[in-house]
Amino acid sequence: MAFLSYLINGLSLGSVYAIIALGYTMVYGIAKMLNFAHGDIMMVGAFVAFFALNSFGLPVVVSVILSMLATTCLGVVIERLAYKPLRQASSLSVLITAIGVSYFLQNGAQLLWSSSTKVFPSIIASGSLRLFGGALSISYLTLVTITACIAVMVCLTLFINKTKTGMAMRACSEDKGAATLMGINVNRIISITFAIGSGIAALAAVLLCATYPTLSPTLGSMPGIKAFTAAVFGGIGSIPGAFLGGLMLGVIEILAKAYVSTQLSDAIVFAVLIIVLLIKPTGLLGKKLSEKV
Amino acid sequence: MKFEKMLKGGLAAVMAMSLVACSGSSDSSAPAADTSTGSDTTETTVAAAGAFKLGGSGPLTGGASVYGQAVKNAAELAVEEINAKGGVQFEFVMEDDEHDTEKAVNAYAALKDWGMQVSLLTVTSAPGAAVAPLYKEDSTFALTPSGSSLAIIYADLINLADPYGNVFQMCFTDPNQGVASADYLSTHTNLGSKVAIIYKNDDNYSTGIYEKFVNEAADKGLEVVYAGTFAGEDNDFNVQLSQAQANGADILFLPIYYQPASTILKQAKDMDYAPTFFGVDGMDGILAMEGFDTSLAEGVYLLTPFSADASDDLTKNFVSNYQNNYGDTPNQFAADAYDCVYAIAQALEASGATADMSAAEINDLLVEQFTSMTFNGLTGTDVTWNTNGEVSKAPKAVIIENGVYVGVED
Repeated sequence: MAFLSYLINGLSLGSVYAIIALGYTMVYGIAKMLNFAHGDIMMVGAFVAFFALNSFGLPVVVSVILSMLATTCLGVVIERLAYKPLRQASSLSVLITAIGVSYFLQNGAQLLWSSSTKVFPSIIASGSLRLFGGALSISYLTLVTITACIAVMVCLTLFINKTKTGMAMRACSEDKGAATLMGINVNRIISITFAIGSGIAALAAVLLCATYPTLSPTLGSMPGIKAFTAAVFGGIGSIPGAFLGGLMLGVIEILAKAYVSTQLSDAIVFAVLIIVLLIKPTGLLGKKLSEKV
Repeated sequence: MKFEKMLKGGLAAVMAMSLVACSGSSDSSAPAADTSTGSDTTETTVAAAGAFKLGGSGPLTGGASVYGQAVKNAAELAVEEINAKGGVQFEFVMEDDEHDTEKAVNAYAALKDWGMQVSLLTVTSAPGAAVAPLYKEDSTFALTPSGSSLAIIYADLINLADPYGNVFQMCFTDPNQGVASADYLSTHTNLGSKVAIIYKNDDNYSTGIYEKFVNEAADKGLEVVYAGTFAGEDNDFNVQLSQAQANGADILFLPIYYQPASTILKQAKDMDYAPTFFGVDGMDGILAMEGFDTSLAEGVYLLTPFSADASDDLTKNFVSNYQNNYGDTPNQFAADAYDCVYAIAQALEASGATADMSAAEINDLLVEQFTSMTFNGLTGTDVTWNTNGEVSKAPKAVIIENGVYVGVED
């Protein structure tokens, strides 16, 4: 029973990683760049939600929507100002720019909201669902997190596969040149991708803070790195891959903590990543692309 | 193989970022605190003729500013009171070191240029350890209110030998908090008998207390049933808490700072685990966190040398004066600083030092006084110091009730 409860904890943590990883993987799939500022966009989302809930006393749903709108705008603005001018530059320049944006957001947040730790209010009733005569208890928060993750995943898959914009995104991800020739506005598609990825980041932020309620300007860095790992693990560029990678990473992390050592859990997580990449360099569900000459 | 190249580039960047994240976390392991106090003044001078020049540095801005501001306020208050009495007179300057070792060294240089004769060293440990050798070299007496690391008083940390001899502490050293906690728990068996510990294994403060506590617990018949660790900015404690619960722990000892402790309290509540939570001085500050649901901390014990609700006259006067002047309830850092200034005044008075003496002459007199005198203050009665500079006083336990500290009567 203990194993089952660790597994559920792992799935809950993994769900949050998966939602953040979706942002990384979508942007990579379409713009072919690693947006390292993603974790920090999430942090901004967390602060917006915090102030909406705490200072203005808005209802939870309104706060979440507000925070998603804020990060959506932020994502689009960052893309326009920092990444768009570098569309033709080498991938390394874009990567460094992304790290710069990440620091800009962290320090900006420190300046605006100070580095003192804040505590995120509890948004979901504490308490738990008891199964098997109380032997297994699953908190409502865990249930909400896992449900939200599945919902986001399903909506996103439907969007990508069933809508016109989704089809355009897939086209851009396969071949930007050909997509342009077919009349797709690639810049607009990239903006939309950033908007969606950043909006989802706000949702991830709220779920993350509901479970781990301390809020600081460096909030996004560690989950950001873990989610990036999850995206690579699952095959960067692949949406189901991010989902699978996120969940597996969460589960491995929790089980390693529980059964091996709390000190070694991160080392184990990254060791598994290395092994997966050695065996399958494109990640679990990554597509193998052949270099065009 | 463009894809692989990008991936490699990406992984390299992740490593770089995680390095940054690590160095960042060592920073943030220092108590992050409210910076909204917002005063930009880095120094304040309380002028007086024929007065001893008392200096010190601390984080007046930045993440740990809540501590620096508390020390500055309380020290100023004590200086004002002492100057008003006649007798020993002080002129006090506090420099800002932003809890940064390099800035602390600069602050020390600025204070020496000003002509500092006696010092409060630093507020936080790492800067204190950086400047302590300079105080030794220049023979300037220092008494730190809140620098608890052993590195502040010993030059040779590995063998705990070669104490500076003229750097003294008003607060407990980190290991002594571990001893005091084990003492308290072994003599108050009503709290429980099976102890679980969660500590931060990349933080000296936390591991120092943990190791000493475990050693002492074995001698005192306390049963430690589980010890879990975390590092950096980890904030998932479900596994550690489940295992503590599974091992039947009825006391959870938390030798950590209040930020992770607040998460532990919440996660324990979410899983219906309610042991007696027992913290040390790093827990001080939890009630002041913005947005913290204080009902989570209900019944939390912490060992701290000072509680603002104590009923003795000294504490009452101090708390009301402090509140009148600064509009805030003083914390233990403030109390330690207040005691520091009074202890220095008592020693100066007894030694017959005068303000025209050099720092080195005053240093010799004060070292002699401090190793022989007994001091009664806010943070303890019959306080004494050994020749290494370590303080000896009895810790007080407080319990959080209805969102405030309440002293525990034995």
